Amino acid sequence: MSAPAASVSQPSALNPQPVLLEVKDLRVHFPLDEGLVRAVDGVSYSLARGRTLGIVGESGCGKSVTAQAVLRITPKPGQVVGGEILFHQRPGETLDLAQLPPDGRRIRAIRGKEIAYISQEPMAALSPVHTIGHMIVERIQLHLGLDKAAARDHAVDTLARVGMPRPSQLIDRYPHQLSGGQRQRAVIAMALSCRPSLLIADEPTTALDVTTEAQILELMKELQRDFGMAIQFITHNLGVIAEMADEVVVMYLGKEVEYAPVDELFFNPKHPYTRALLRSIPRLGRKSRERLESIRGTVPDPYSIPRGCAFHPRCPFYKPGVCDDPQLVQVGERHWARCARTDEIGVVA
Amino acid sequence: MSSPAVATTSQPPTTDDVLLRVDDLYKHFPITKGLFKRVVGQVKAVDGVSFEIPEGKTLGLVGESGCGKTTTSRMIMRAFDPTSGHIWFRDRQLGWVDIPELGPAELKRIRPDMQMIFQDPYSSLNPRMTLLEIIGEPLLVNGIARGEELRDRVADMLRRVGLRPEYVNRYPHGFSGGQRQRMGIARALAPHPQLVVCDEPVSALDVSVQAQILNLLQDLQAEFQLTYLFVAHDLSVVEHICDRVAVMYVGKLVEVADTEELYLNPLHPYTEALLSAVPIPNPRLRRDRVGVGAPESSVSTNGQRAARIVLQGEVADPSNPPPGCPFHPRCPYAVDTCKTVVPRLRELKPGHLVSCHRAEELHLQGVPA
Repeated sequence: MSAPAASVSQPSALNPQPVLLEVKDLRVHFPLDEGLVRAVDGVSYSLARGRTLGIVGESGCGKSVTAQAVLRITPKPGQVVGGEILFHQRPGETLDLAQLPPDGRRIRAIRGKEIAYISQEPMAALSPVHTIGHMIVERIQLHLGLDKAAARDHAVDTLARVGMPRPSQLIDRYPHQLSGGQRQRAVIAMALSCRPSLLIADEPTTALDVTTEAQILELMKELQRDFGMAIQFITHNLGVIAEMADEVVVMYLGKEVEYAPVDELFFNPKHPYTRALLRSIPRLGRKSRERLESIRGTVPDPYSIPRGCAFHPRCPFYKPGVCDDPQLVQVGERHWARCARTDEIGVVA
Repeated sequence: MSSPAVATTSQPPTTDDVLLRVDDLYKHFPITKGLFKRVVGQVKAVDGVSFEIPEGKTLGLVGESGCGKTTTSRMIMRAFDPTSGHIWFRDRQLGWVDIPELGPAELKRIRPDMQMIFQDPYSSLNPRMTLLEIIGEPLLVNGIARGEELRDRVADMLRRVGLRPEYVNRYPHGFSGGQRQRMGIARALAPHPQLVVCDEPVSALDVSVQAQILNLLQDLQAEFQLTYLFVAHDLSVVEHICDRVAVMYVGKLVEVADTEELYLNPLHPYTEALLSAVPIPNPRLRRDRVGVGAPESSVSTNGQRAARIVLQGEVADPSNPPPGCPFHPRCPYAVDTCKTVVPRLRELKPGHLVSCHRAEELHLQGVPA
């Protein structure tokens, strides 16, 4: 396979704003007893300061593993086996995170300070035996070097900033004493306490009710405006993507199948998988009881990924001999798709 | 349709097109404390709920977690006994029965006629049973089929839900979430029920598989004249599959209407907020303003969605619901009356029920068609 990372039309080379994170041809593999799982197998994107990149895909597509790789917290036995993760910390100061040892001093100074992480299940991110204040203060003391009293003031400020009611009281609560929305606010406060330049949010609203989800999404947009951090937003929900993202990466079985600005992706999708996904979701305001266009078959399990284009058994445009090894090709000014037949597949509104 | 909210009678419905009628249903769970289980409070999980479902139709029951929608569906299945209230069901053999009043023998006779599809296709299938045992069990225990006939009916059911009949001797292990949900549907439909309670049947599934299962549920409804009670929190899924929708908040119904009417012209501020909160998969309709309760004149212009209504605060605690309207602490339109007087569910337009003091004067925004 030719290395897409070396090609001129690299997806990571085109954001007008100063680039914060460039991921080039990232590969994360898990050698398991059942076989080698290529959880992430060729993902490239770039994220500019203050912008939001959405990564969307179904379960098992590798979107969370991509996020973990950037933080270098890939669970064992997974390993980053290829690619670059260029983090432009300050002008002229670029680090390839993929080269850093995962438990070394340098990545630990970045993780939690420069790059913060919000996970799907807030309860899993919070220690049940510590108060939320304890956890936030610990992080502030570690990364910002403040003394305990100053760190506590800073923590109360941050909690107030994320809309926690009565922050100076709730800071001494344990996670089980908080509601789901309050826990997620505490996690966001913890993530933002050191003013990161990149926030990685892995399905931050999936476990929440729709009205709480709306609160958290609005909060994240507001905090992004105020703090100017970039957000890498991982979700399976195309509605959330439409609401949050500037650019979108669509993943299927470890591969990046499409990468485009959000309007382009929704109104001019080039990959058959993206097109099918967009058509299969029920939308508000559509006439009810219409049949949905469904994608045939199911997502294959990771041990038996189809040869050639991984989507071909479910793809209406599959042509034997043509779809054997599709590469990520540029199909528009800032638009890439991994499909051998993009030229023949018409434009969809 | 008469307003079920005012129906205090314990008589079965007289109309023949209704299959299920829930009358003033309550379920209070006691909160106990200490060694002697002293009752110190009540969780009012379901607090006076009434609705009916015509035969062959789908009623959606929506609301946020903890609103009582699952408790309601479990009482219809008689997994819980209600604290009070009636659940009238027109069984094909026994005629009208009040489910909470049934004795064990009668209950057993109506079991095949009401079945349930569960949310999680992993925990709802026993990994130690083959598909023949899983799907055949309701047929076997209800004495509907056995032996060779049982095997044939299971194979037939598998075919109808889009699985291969050769799978009868396999175990659910190794099948995908979508295939497992098809097995759950086959099990529910095997005894040819009249009523199927679907409790979040697609919320655990991948996006690309959801559409398959929703289409399958619609096809099977047409084929077997099924009546669905569809419990869900995803409003776009509910809009897609339901004829009528009931919105629940802290144990009470706040609005009931036909699907299109409810989505276009919501009359309750909670319904409006729920609809407004749904993320829309269209980046051009993105709302960039943070709403702190919508201004009352917020009208959507040229198909654009108006600013999103972001509800403040949290869902009320069902063990200590606020006085008056349970929604008033979060309601952007609340006035003094709302804080003291509990609103009743009333029929404001034909077939459109709402429990809000200000329903006539508010002009709420729905989903632009």
